[in-house]
Amino acid sequence: MRVTLRIWRQKDAHSPGTFVTYQKDNVVPDMSFLEMLDALNRELVERGEEPVAFESDCREGICGTCSLTINGIPHGPGRGKASCQLYMRHFRDGDTITVEPFRAKPFPIIRDLIVDRSAFDRIMQAGGFISVNTGGAPDANSIPVPKPAQELAMDAAACIGCGACVAACKNASAMLFVAAKVSHLSLLPQGQPERYRRVRSMVAQMDREGFGGCTNTFECEAVCPKQISVRFIARLNREYLKALFLE
Amino acid sequence: MSGPLTVFRSTVGTKVIMGATGVILAAFVVVHMLGNLQIYLGPEALNSYAESLRHVPVLLWGARFVLLAAVALHIASAVRLTRLNRAARPQPYELWSPQVTTYAARTMFMGGLILTAFILYHLAHFTFGLTHPEHFALHDSKGRHDVYGMVVMGFRQPLVSFFYILAMIPLLLHLQHGVSSIFQTFGINHPKVNAFVRGIGPAVAWVVFIGNVSIPLAVLAGWIPYPVGGP
Amino acid sequence: MELDGRVPPGPLEQKWDRLRNELALVNPANKRKFHILVVGTGLAGASAAASLAELGYQVSAFCFHDSPRRAHSIAAQGGINAAKNYQNDGDSVWRLFYDTIKGGDFRSREANVYRLAQVSVNIIDQCVAQGVPFAREYGGLLANRSFGGAQVSRTFYARGQTGQQLLLGAYSALCRQIGLGQVKMYPRTEMLDLVVVDGHAKGIITRNLVTGEIQRHAGDAVVLATGGYGNVFYLSTNAVNSNVTATFRAYKRGAFFANPCFTQIHPTCIPVSGDHQSKLTLMSESLRNDGRVWVPKKPGDKRPPNEIPDEERDYFLERMYPSYGNLAPRDIASRAAKRVCDEGRGVGPGGLGVYLDFRDAIRRLGVDVVRERYGNLFDMYREITDEDPYQVPMRIYPAVHYTMGGLWVDYHLMSNLPGLFVIGEANFSDHGANRLGASALMQGLADGYFILPYTIGDYLARAKRPKPDPESAAFRQVEKDVRDGVRRLLDIPGKHPVDVFHRELGKLLWDNCGMSRSEASLKHALEQIPRIRERFWREARVTGGAEEINLALERAGRVADFLEFAELMCLDALERRESCGGHFREEFQTEDGEAKRDDERFCHVAAWEYRGAGQKPERHIEPLRFEFVQLATRSYK
Ligand SMILES: Cc1cc2nc3c(=O)[nH]c(=O)nc-3n(C[C@H](O)[C@H](O)[C@H](O)COP(=O)(O)OP(=O)(O)OC[C@H]3O[C@@H](n4cnc5c(N)ncnc54)[C@H](O)[C@@H]3O)c2cc1C
Ligand code: HEM
Ligand code: HEM
Ligand code: SF4
Ligand code: F3S
Ligand code: FES
Repeated sequence: MRVTLRIWRQKDAHSPGTFVTYQKDNVVPDMSFLEMLDALNRELVERGEEPVAFESDCREGICGTCSLTINGIPHGPGRGKASCQLYMRHFRDGDTITVEPFRAKPFPIIRDLIVDRSAFDRIMQAGGFISVNTGGAPDANSIPVPKPAQELAMDAAACIGCGACVAACKNASAMLFVAAKVSHLSLLPQGQPERYRRVRSMVAQMDREGFGGCTNTFECEAVCPKQISVRFIARLNREYLKALFLE
Repeated sequence: MSGPLTVFRSTVGTKVIMGATGVILAAFVVVHMLGNLQIYLGPEALNSYAESLRHVPVLLWGARFVLLAAVALHIASAVRLTRLNRAARPQPYELWSPQVTTYAARTMFMGGLILTAFILYHLAHFTFGLTHPEHFALHDSKGRHDVYGMVVMGFRQPLVSFFYILAMIPLLLHLQHGVSSIFQTFGINHPKVNAFVRGIGPAVAWVVFIGNVSIPLAVLAGWIPYPVGGP
Repeated sequence: MELDGRVPPGPLEQKWDRLRNELALVNPANKRKFHILVVGTGLAGASAAASLAELGYQVSAFCFHDSPRRAHSIAAQGGINAAKNYQNDGDSVWRLFYDTIKGGDFRSREANVYRLAQVSVNIIDQCVAQGVPFAREYGGLLANRSFGGAQVSRTFYARGQTGQQLLLGAYSALCRQIGLGQVKMYPRTEMLDLVVVDGHAKGIITRNLVTGEIQRHAGDAVVLATGGYGNVFYLSTNAVNSNVTATFRAYKRGAFFANPCFTQIHPTCIPVSGDHQSKLTLMSESLRNDGRVWVPKKPGDKRPPNEIPDEERDYFLERMYPSYGNLAPRDIASRAAKRVCDEGRGVGPGGLGVYLDFRDAIRRLGVDVVRERYGNLFDMYREITDEDPYQVPMRIYPAVHYTMGGLWVDYHLMSNLPGLFVIGEANFSDHGANRLGASALMQGLADGYFILPYTIGDYLARAKRPKPDPESAAFRQVEKDVRDGVRRLLDIPGKHPVDVFHRELGKLLWDNCGMSRSEASLKHALEQIPRIRERFWREARVTGGAEEINLALERAGRVADFLEFAELMCLDALERRESCGGHFREEFQTEDGEAKRDDERFCHVAAWEYRGAGQKPERHIEPLRFEFVQLATRSYK
């Protein structure tokens, strides 16, 4: 297979970027998209050119490192997959593929296809935790958790923090990510003591980072590799409203 | 700001205000349409309805005040949210292929702006009688302000009708997304009600659209007689 | 030299409690005067950094990832063991201890393993308190599953994402401390060297991966939690950026590297499909609970699997290990798979694969139950292979997965260099020559939450060292070495990307120091590695500069370390003239092909000391004394 790649190249956060076109031959359908880029990079190095900078680590859809916008869709075509789980068999010989970074002001591009997502960490630092110190926790079975609550909490906790929700949202809103975390903890009995403080401080930090607001367009859910449901955004709204009056 | 007032500060709170004011505006639009549809019942029905509204100034002005406040807050929040949202993506994608974002959802702000323009014109037309003072000055046989005549005379001019019909398109889109969206904003999202929630926006929007558009169309088609008894 | 593991005296059950009573304490008001550098923020590092900060120490934490949440720990699927005995099936601390010692083929320190089993119960408590959404029963209490190498159900899990949930728990605790200002976090920062002052570890040199800035960091103690080195094989189930650099450079500064040849090959991975492949994907071991492993009885049987009748299938694990069946431990299951493939009975491209079949499970449980249990794994398999495991059996093959070897540490988790602590997969660990499933997460968290925070205090309270000075000559010298190293990589005159050499090294190791090893294969590898290394330093090309994001440079440094480290691994494998656990020497096997240990000569830890470039490292030993368990031949039949 042969594909034409239009890839965003940008030296650093301060330089302007531009698209560069590459031809990639010898693509096999069993290659993952990232392996295809690896192969391209090997060719570039052999030719003495700078390889395309993109990030990945686990390459099995769990670490949330990979972050490509492929043909206008964060993580590329196909539901419930991270970029690293996309295989070339989804493309056809002769296709032109446009590869861009995730674009959002709070995710500055620091090189080519690499963005800085530390804003997510700061949101977590603002309240994405339960304040328990090591030691002194009661026996695990002394806190029963109803199975449905646990299952729903797990649905939310599955978020890999990739930022595709932000990348896909027309407002670059981080609501799905924040909603997932807030929901995970507020659904569990352990999360109750800090329930309202948490939602307020995480939302405040989210705003401070410069993410947009949610206008319920649900694009985030469609691209989320873990298919986190926008139900959690509704839950966040609920939590937030309660927090207004309860604290 | 502290306590419930912080609602004005965050993006989530701003959206809640849009939702709350949106409910008021949407409710007004629906009720207003129902009121307008009385035109089909003839001048007596519509004019007495209009007259009865005016009869209790407290209510009228109360409603006007609420409406005005809602519009002001709705617009202020819309401007704030939209500015934040646009600032959050200074560099657009070269290629953006939304999977589920509807056209309606994408154009809420532009649609809102067009609606604002329409409302201003509409107020000038029917409420302040600035654009067609001669229609505004009409009175019916009982000496009441002849709303019926004013509307029919207004819509007999194709350009005016055309403008009204055109303006109903952004309203259609705005309500399509907006009314369903309210539920999500207030945290109502559950598999059991989602089919309803997803349907209610388009349903309300189309009812309002058809109801409103039918009036100028009916006038142009000559189905609504004026003066009664026929020209 | 014989190493002293500093195991406290006394009955096994009391060793840890006793030691805790005797450890010197740091006065709470003084804790904030101590500065601890924690390198690595996976399960081990994040839990340690958070716990130390909670105690009041000043902590700096480093990771090369853009966020601590992305450490390789996140990929663990299956679960975490703990001796809670919630299932009332006869589990106990002793049983978990014994299973782990036996699973490790009696090549780990009794006292450490016992302590691990003891604190395992606290880990689950801690994680639940943090909000880790472990699977539960309808009554609201915790659920368990069984895992390879155990006959009780003691594995706690969160769908197929246990590592992720545990790491998010530790990460959230770390976030809290960062928010409180107790931890200063340095993401996208790679440790490139260790600074040793007067024999004590006192600092590290790092490179900022965004700006390229080289920085000196001084601390009263250094904790390495930098994970395993499985990627020396190029293809493994590890995340592509996992590497040996931190521990290997510490080794070059004097820390001993223990048992580097103990690597674990996991039996259930998706087979290699072509040479474009960048990593191998693990299919969770939990699949072996319901899947049955088989190959055709006839060599070269090319019929589609569903057309092969039962009588012509060889369910070889059930046949060879009737009491454990498909749940035989990893090293044993892997070797059995290799054996049937060597007999020409392997399936799929190249004959390197065996079937993992869910036909019977689907018949017994129904497709919905199977989907509920394994749906996401099945989807993952289908996405990668384009085959539907509900219709045709999965094809699996062993792949490198975990490394039991690592920097040598004593009972306090301190290396031979005072002040250098090593935790998680980076140390030579409690798993001996083979790790049981769901025990790495347990060990990483035990080290980080419940052991290191105690023992490090003892060092700090006793050492009474002057504050290290990052401006001192010692620091400047190491910094210069690091700068020179970076320059040397950028100056390599060749034209090939470094991956080429890495892949070549990986293949060499897999063939010669992989699932089975022999004197001849190891000697061959030891001959070849320096050649690849030499070619690397002549023919590689590292594009870009030093003062920018340069992934090629990062990779090159890691590959350069692998190229040296590989030699140490083969040397260790060569010198260990016995078979044990994951280390299978063809010369040492029983008649039916099982590993044959040599407790007379090799019941010890081998810890290697670096003697300088081009010098043969020196092999030290720490004898393993078994006072409480009988050395037994491991049998899963
Ligand atoms: C696919 C897979 C599945 C697994 N499943 C299970 C399971 O079900 N149960 C189980 O018990 N175990 C499992 N394991 C094993 C287990 O996940 C690991 O052994 C364990 O998570 C290692 O944790 P760690 O904290 O020691 O290291 P890691 O999580 O690897 O973290 C290493 C950290 O060190 C940092 N680092 C490394 N080098 C440097 C440097 N030079 N400078 C700065 N920072 C550095 C990294 O950024 C990272 O933060 C699995 C492993 C794999 C590969
Ligand atoms: C007749 C008048 C109007 C009605 C009935 C109306 C109704 C609504 C409703 C119901 C919502 C949904 C709120 C939510 O999601 O919770 C909404 C949202 C919105 N409205 Fe209006 N609105 C009107 C006028 C305007 C005007 C004049 C503007 C702007 C200038 C405007 C801009 C917006 C915007 C930007 C949103 C966005 C949020 C989104 O995209 O969901 N609207 N409106
Ligand atoms: C074809 C459709 C419509 C017709 C025929 C119509 C007709 C009228 C008439 C006759 C009045 C004056 C009533 C009176 O003075 O007693 C009026 C007022 C008004 N209309 Fe409409 N209207 C239509 C659509 C709309 C829409 C879509 C909106 C809003 C988005 C709207 C908003 C208003 C407002 C705000 C007033 C002023 C109410 C007041 O006096 O306080 N109208 N309309
Ligand atoms: S919610 Fe989904 S898309 Fe957003 S960060 Fe989490 S996993 Fe990624
Ligand atoms: S796409 Fe954006 S608008 Fe809301 S529903 Fe998702 S955050
Ligand atoms: S590389 Fe880990 S999710 Fe894609």
